[in-house]
Amino acid sequence: MMARLPTLWTWRRRLRVGLLCLLALIAVVGASGLIYALYPATMPETGPLHSRLLPAEFEHLRSVADFNGITDPASRSIAFFEEAGRVIEHPRCLNCHPRTDRPTQTDDMRPHTPWVTRGEDGGGAPTLRCSTCHQAENFAASGVPGNPKWKLAPIEMAWQGQTLGNICRQLLDPTRSHMTRDELLHHVMEDELVGWAWHPGGNRQPAPGTQQEFGALIKAWLDTGAVCPQ
Amino acid sequence: MSFVLSVNDQAHIIEDDGETPLLWVLRDRLNLTGTKYGCGIAQCGACTVHLDGQPKRSCSIPLKAATSSQITTIEGAEGEEVTALRNAWGAHDVPQCGFCQSGQIMSAVALLRQNRTPTDTDIDHAMSGNLCRCATYNRIRAAIHDAAAQLGQPA
Ligand code: FES
Ligand code: FES
Repeated sequence: MMARLPTLWTWRRRLRVGLLCLLALIAVVGASGLIYALYPATMPETGPLHSRLLPAEFEHLRSVADFNGITDPASRSIAFFEEAGRVIEHPRCLNCHPRTDRPTQTDDMRPHTPWVTRGEDGGGAPTLRCSTCHQAENFAASGVPGNPKWKLAPIEMAWQGQTLGNICRQLLDPTRSHMTRDELLHHVMEDELVGWAWHPGGNRQPAPGTQQEFGALIKAWLDTGAVCPQ
Repeated sequence: MSFVLSVNDQAHIIEDDGETPLLWVLRDRLNLTGTKYGCGIAQCGACTVHLDGQPKRSCSIPLKAATSSQITTIEGAEGEEVTALRNAWGAHDVPQCGFCQSGQIMSAVALLRQNRTPTDTDIDHAMSGNLCRCATYNRIRAAIHDAAAQLGQPA
């Protein structure tokens, strides 16, 4: 009997010490947690999104002379159109060549907000014209782009979701493009709304090259037989 | 530079570089605070005024582009469409906080001037650029139909 008492004492002491340690541990963890939570942390600074700070990147177009190495005329013609296609398939151009009645916007080609519709003439519904917001020039204060001719391309000239080959055939088909080849060339070289794609304002990325370089490629493509990619 | 601005049939001379959005000229220089600032980026319609009868977002027009037009703000809006809409707005208790409402009414006035018998789709097309954070859209729609009914067909 006497021999078992010390064992019991020992166990009770051990238990007490153990519990105390556990309590101490909880207290330490709790205190450190509190210190961690309450320690004044530096808050992230609000500021413009990183992408807003990047200057718009300029992409170059290859010039007509760069294609002299291609001897086969058909392949050369296709190569001209494919290079011009970098402009045609750029969001600055595609956004207003939608396949629905609603344009898209931004480089990600999101649906246009506010909700707008093309209307009879591509310039919006009579009661919500494009010119409700888009003025004759880009306006820095609101960030809204502008041009006196601001409107959608006709639905027959929908480019979104089309292959470059289909767009090519569409351009050459006067029933859809509503243009002869001469008018088409004039349109790409001179039209000021087409020209907006290289002067989009804000930090919108312009279409590659310049309107003149783009026009020269289209001219070279027409002069070499206007062959379309597949 | 001096600009002459015709607002609600009154001419004002404004000294400015011409780039100030019309909204701020109306609110801060002319004290026409019925036109509201919601977003400043042509997304909400709170700043809607009429230029030569066409609804425009005044936050997105530089002063220099507005000088050749007759500008009408909510303070100067009048005519049978305005009266009909005012009555219908009251009858339907349309506004909640009211912030968007001057823009809503300016768009609705322009709609009824063009179309005396607007369908729901016509209303959607005309009003989709006017946001309402209180979501009074159903009442706006009902009030426009009601105002159109009050006006009846043009003689
Ligand atoms: S403040 Fe002009 S549209 Fe929002
Ligand atoms: S009534 Fe509050 S935002 Fe329209």
